[in-house]
Parts: sequence; C-alpha cells; structure tokens
Amino acid sequence: MGEVIVITSGKGGVGKTTTTANIGTGLAVSGKKVVLVDTDIGLRNLDVVMGLENRIVYDLVDVVEKTCRLKQALIKDKRYDGLYLLPAAQTRDKNSVKPEQMIELCDELRQEFDYIIIDCPAGIEQGFKNAIAGADRAIVVTTPEVSAVRDADRIIGLLESQEIRNPRLIVNRVRADMVKRGDMMSIEDIVDILAIGLIGVVPDDEQIIISTNKGEPAVTDNKSMAGQAYRNITKRIMGEDVPLMDLNTSDGFLSKMKRLFGIKPA
Amino acid sequence: MIDLFKLLLGKKESSKDVAKERLKLVLIHDRSNVSPQFLEMVKSEIIKVIQNYMEIDEDSLDIQLTRTSSEDGERVVPALVANIPIKGMKNAGR
Repeated sequence: MGEVIVITSGKGGVGKTTTTANIGTGLAVSGKKVVLVDTDIGLRNLDVVMGLENRIVYDLVDVVEKTCRLKQALIKDKRYDGLYLLPAAQTRDKNSVKPEQMIELCDELRQEFDYIIIDCPAGIEQGFKNAIAGADRAIVVTTPEVSAVRDADRIIGLLESQEIRNPRLIVNRVRADMVKRGDMMSIEDIVDILAIGLIGVVPDDEQIIISTNKGEPAVTDNKSMAGQAYRNITKRIMGEDVPLMDLNTSDGFLSKMKRLFGIKPA
Repeated sequence: MIDLFKLLLGKKESSKDVAKERLKLVLIHDRSNVSPQFLEMVKSEIIKVIQNYMEIDEDSLDIQLTRTSSEDGERVVPALVANIPIKGMKNAGR
C-alpha cells in the first residue's frame, strides 16, 4: 500500500511545486514507483517544472468526472523509471473537485504506487481542502520570511484540525551568508516558532532556476547544492537517518581549502 | 555570550531578531482564534484574582496564547503563557 504525502505551504511562491517535482523524482531515482498529482486546478505548473507539458491529454478533473480512465490520464516520465504525473486541469476551477473524490482517487493510486506526492495550491480554500483530503502525511514548505512562516503556522493549525498528525517542515531558499550576519532567521529560529519537526533545509541555489528553465528537476544534478538537499530529504522520507548538510560551502577559497584539508572552519 | 558582546559594543538589534519578534506577536493573534477583547477579559479577570493576594505590575503583565510540543513530543498543543511581575505581597488573606 502506497503512502500519500501532500506538499503544502499556505503562501504562494515558496517552492511547493519545485519541492514536489524534486522529491518525486528523487524517490523514483531511488527505485520507488511514484505519481505526482497536481491539484492546482486553473494554475497548473507541475507539468512545466517536470518538462512534461507537451504530453498532457487528460487531467485530474477528467479522472474524477470519469471522462477517462485513471491510466489514460497518467503521463509516464520516460527519463525516470516508475515516475508518473497526473496533471491538473487548466481551464476549470478548484470547485470542480470535491474532497470525497480526492479520497477515492488517492485510494486508487495507493494500490499502484509506493508514493503519491500531491502538489497543493496556495491558500486555505477549496483547493487546499481537496489536496489534503486523502493525505497520510504532510510536508510544509516555508522560506525564512515573516510572511511565509506566518502562513506555514496557519497551515500547521489547519492540518492538525484535519487530523493530519506530525507534519514535517522544509525550510527553502536559505542563505547561509545572510543567516550568519543576522539578517535572516535561522533554521533554529523557525523550528522554534513553528514547533514541528524538520525534514530538510534547502539552500537558495541558482541551479533551481536553471533546472526549471530546462524542465529537469535539480535532484538529479550532482553539482547542485539544492539537489543534494533534495536527495537528503528523499532519503528521510524513505526512513533513512541523514544529517543536515552544511550550508556554508559557498564561502571563499580559504575555507574551501581548509575543508579540503579537514580543518574545521571556525 | 554573543548577546553580551553586542550589548558592550552597543550594536543594533539584527533584522532577524526584529522579524522573530514581529512574527511571535502576530502569531499570538493568529493562533488564538479569539478576539483581542477575549484575551483582555481573561487578563483583567486574572489581575483581579491575583491582586487580592499580591501587588503586581499591571503595565508589564503579559498573557499570550502560544503553541508548545506535548509531553510525548508527538503533538503540538496550545498553551496559555502568563508573565506577571510581582511587586510585593499583600497582607490580606492572612
């Protein structure tokens, strides 16, 4: 039986879709059978982030309205074995799907897949309710900004009231240099405020924009810091114990050399 | 220790501390799901009771609705945290 994980945040633009794409691809690369479900009806984007936008025939609304069979709507990613996408409808709105239909869909997908990763829309309205309806677990994405953390807090409260226990936190777009000089909230600050367990920290990385340009998730890029962070998160989702990575690798030449020779930076 | 250094050097509060402080305040209201009037009512009732027994500093009294990890660490639970500075004890009640 597969597990349904919803990726949510409350605030828009913090990296839900990128996170969904990278976690999903990471799990597939690790040999799991994965389906990504885009529930952002009317504003679908997971297809372009995954580079699968030209292959859409049917979508989520077609499936719940039974215009097509589930199998017909699933897009197989030819680059990674065992990775599928169920795209959102672009010309409908969030009320086209009901929570009961999502629960039914998730139950059906559980039979086929190890992991069902749901990309949740921003906001706390119908789209959010649909996205979390069938979920077993939730991952809350935030960035180290007041607005994003505030919205994450609200989402954590709503997940709790929907009986989705133990949500896990991803802090995205962390800039180690800014944290160091006291101009960005640290991971500890954010965890302290939100009071939920951390599952990963993703550094702010130009490679994410480059990989999104190309439609190739950064998780498969060995040179990308964010890619490494997503690989770690993937392992933690599968139950492995992986330590948090050191974000300070973008320092100057000296500290790089020191690290090379095994001298701990001060 | 770092705080002490900052104090000695007279350094300004960093912007992340400002962010954290502002967040904490805004979350009190977000989390409580109750009106500020409700909290004011609770506050004045608490003051009334305590004042029967001790003198308190009403201006710096601070009552917040917040969240904390439950004892088993498995869940997040709401908590009412009150910080009530006491100026002195009263003789009443003896």
